Amino acid sequence: MKKFFYALAFVAISLWFLGPLFFIFLASLTPSSEFYQWDRIFPSKLTLDHIYKLLVNLGGWRAMLSSVQVAGIAIGISFALGIPVGYAITRYRFRGKDFIKLAMLFTRSIPLVVIAVSLVTLYLRLNLADTVLGVGLAHAAMVLPFVVLITSSIFSGVFVEYEEAGMVFGLSRFGAFLRITMPLALPGLAASAIFAFIMSWNEVFAASVLAITNRTLPAHILNTAMASPDYFKFAAGTIMAVPALVFIFMIRKYLISMWGISLK
Amino acid sequence: MRRESLVPFLLILPTLVYLVVFIGYPIVGAFQLSFTSDKGWLGNFKYVFSSKDFQNAFLNTLILGAVVIPIQFVLAILFALLVNKKWLGYRTLLYIIAAPLALSDVTAALISYSIFAPNGYLNKILLSLNWIERPLYFFGYMFKSREFLVIVLTEVWRATPLVFVILLAGLQSINAEYLEAADVFGFSSWKKFFKITLPLLKPSIVSALLIRTLFAFQIFGVVWLLAGRDIPVLAGETFYWYVLRNNRHVASTYALVIAVLTFIVGWFYIGTIRSKHLEEGVIQ
Amino acid sequence: MAKVTIENVKKYFGNVKALDGIDLTIEEGSFVVLLGPSGCGKTTLMRCISGLEKLTEGKIYFDEKDVSNVPPKDRNVAMVFQSYAVWPHMKVRDNIAYPLKLKKVPKNEIEERVKWVSELLHISELLDRFPAQLSGGQRQRVAVARAIVHQPKVLLMDEPLSNLDALLRVKMRSELKKLHERVKVTTIYVTHDQTEAMTMGDKIAVMNAGKIVQFGTPEEIYKKPKTIFVAGFVGSPQMNFLNMKVVSSGAQFHAENLGLRIPLKSDPKLEHVIVGIRPEHIHLQQTESCVPITGTVYFAEKLMSETVIHLSIDAEKNLVIKVPYDLSAREGERMQVYLDLDQIHFFHPDTQERIEL
Repeated sequence: MKKFFYALAFVAISLWFLGPLFFIFLASLTPSSEFYQWDRIFPSKLTLDHIYKLLVNLGGWRAMLSSVQVAGIAIGISFALGIPVGYAITRYRFRGKDFIKLAMLFTRSIPLVVIAVSLVTLYLRLNLADTVLGVGLAHAAMVLPFVVLITSSIFSGVFVEYEEAGMVFGLSRFGAFLRITMPLALPGLAASAIFAFIMSWNEVFAASVLAITNRTLPAHILNTAMASPDYFKFAAGTIMAVPALVFIFMIRKYLISMWGISLK
Repeated sequence: MRRESLVPFLLILPTLVYLVVFIGYPIVGAFQLSFTSDKGWLGNFKYVFSSKDFQNAFLNTLILGAVVIPIQFVLAILFALLVNKKWLGYRTLLYIIAAPLALSDVTAALISYSIFAPNGYLNKILLSLNWIERPLYFFGYMFKSREFLVIVLTEVWRATPLVFVILLAGLQSINAEYLEAADVFGFSSWKKFFKITLPLLKPSIVSALLIRTLFAFQIFGVVWLLAGRDIPVLAGETFYWYVLRNNRHVASTYALVIAVLTFIVGWFYIGTIRSKHLEEGVIQ
Repeated sequence: MAKVTIENVKKYFGNVKALDGIDLTIEEGSFVVLLGPSGCGKTTLMRCISGLEKLTEGKIYFDEKDVSNVPPKDRNVAMVFQSYAVWPHMKVRDNIAYPLKLKKVPKNEIEERVKWVSELLHISELLDRFPAQLSGGQRQRVAVARAIVHQPKVLLMDEPLSNLDALLRVKMRSELKKLHERVKVTTIYVTHDQTEAMTMGDKIAVMNAGKIVQFGTPEEIYKKPKTIFVAGFVGSPQMNFLNMKVVSSGAQFHAENLGLRIPLKSDPKLEHVIVGIRPEHIHLQQTESCVPITGTVYFAEKLMSETVIHLSIDAEKNLVIKVPYDLSAREGERMQVYLDLDQIHFFHPDTQERIEL
């Protein structure tokens, strides 16, 4: 009896979450002629036409590249800056450690909305306005607190004793970090990199404000969405969704722990 | 852990500098922008606060939050309890529920559009079943209340997984023996949930509530794509004034309102709830 | 208080046979210990009795009632968990009182019982504190109080002393036993510590690999262990086991090896036999019926109150002897010791079971 309700719930929940995804995929693959037909739900044939046109004709490909570049910059910078902080928090005792942690939490709760608008002034002076680099730097700032929090929790999971064993047997502290801690932390770090990628990939507000010609994909969609025909909108949605879904699937093992940590 | 005075600070310094430049400075800038206008330092505020748009945006943002958040919590708890039972296929269920986490609000809005548009799937299905004769319209200025409905639905769909993940993490951290002890000592399933699970879940619930509320103040993409300015919200107005009206000052003012709301809620959280839960002692 | 009857209980987790046919009768009001190494199934058995695990096969009865399919909350059992499982968000008083409230015990009776049990376990001053503010030992007493005040039919305790430090453990052993004498509830106690089992149990069920190997009083288990496993598990230091060859000279049989010659009272009808003798039954002076053996001191553990000597009697074999006083023995010293013939055990070399000879 219980099993029946469970199965029912399972199916219902799956439909609720996967159904809409299915619809947008379907919509993006429906030929334009059949798109506006009232009585056609399932297309007679699937077409990659819209996706193609979006990428090639409507600047979708360029926007995608911008998105990837921005995300790459964001990850690169935030990891380069954040990993040392995460390490310092877990391995050293020093005054102000709690302050740092609080600062990270505080920074994270400041809406990007607030920062984005006045960031433009700064960018104008630094010649960063409307550049991929500019958006990347802003995203790095958005992601940095997460990186600090997640890496500090990852590093505290790697036992200090492994490092110390390395140091006893001849490695310097930095050497122990490189050869012992990092390899052990790698899976967690890879997962958080993907997580950061998705955050940057999806961010729309700052990307729209900080760049006009070099737009990331979501910013591009936002600004051309109302103008273009429906099927392009859906194609764009599909292009945005698919990589993100694939990535999330790849890091599924770490999902709960990471979101749990980062959102505490 | 060793006490070396300089090394940790050197490790942290670059990050601090970066954050000061890219977050601290713009915040100051935001203040500057909002407090600069032709009509004296409060000019922007006077303009904004007296405008109908602001009042609507403020109300809408709060109302949306007030409607969406409770629904998300109830659903998220149900999902989390179900998945935590670890019955057959629970891992698959977990990924399915978590899937929307990968999507941006823009994507979620597009998905809703593909379903609720005049030639969207909902209409197609209803028409082919002959339940309606003409398509239902959900978007457009005349259909504001329906737009609201679709937005609520989309937000619930999109952001419940966020709450779900936090609550699930909390559920999993509850030591199973607490619940087994309840089993042995005569608790019914209801009592177990309300007297043991829920209280022990409180820290997670509070965290999730905080996060969700903070994000709710910033709601933008879904509303903008589905309703444009039919239903103004604070972040949407910020965007409008900056990008479409080219007025950085007014835009900053709106942004600052969001920041103040965020600050107030955060303060409230730290001040009251957090200290109480620390006092009561934590799990294990 | 109830008599617990366990009939051919089996519990499988997939392919793993955690319990492989358990038959056990626990008399009303007795204190029975389930003793065995990790993985022997003792905790699983306890969880089955509590109802937290469902039986794959078999039945469990409380008195005459079949409770095999009754959920834990309706069985009227109480359990002290290894981690105590004292609910952290409730005060001590509520931890103890709330289960009674669920049982619909009238309010003034709850107050009386709480008062009685907290005095019994010396936690009266702690009633208004939260578990996080208590030490491990105090939390353990709260867990015991919660279980006792419930007035269950059966009281289950899952290694309740294993998380306490050594001194506290000894103290709590006697307190729990005294508690049982006062309260007289059927108690089933799980442990891997044979000292706890021997000092606390009315009867001990020694378990291994999902089966009960022997069920008897501590005296029976110590003096007449049914198998080598039981003999080796109970008693510290462990019993000495020697492989001996059976030799006959006319009508008289002997077990011979390593310079020992042990007379046998009857024909074992075997070629080999395993001889067991406890370290405390090997003496330094001759007694009425004994058998001598010489060896070299390999290692001596001096505990001042007693000395344990590892005596090398062969290239590979050490005999462990224990004397209850401080004996000076240097490594390499040659010693002659005497095995008490009345305390020798014989075991079948293949089945490992006890043989009377």
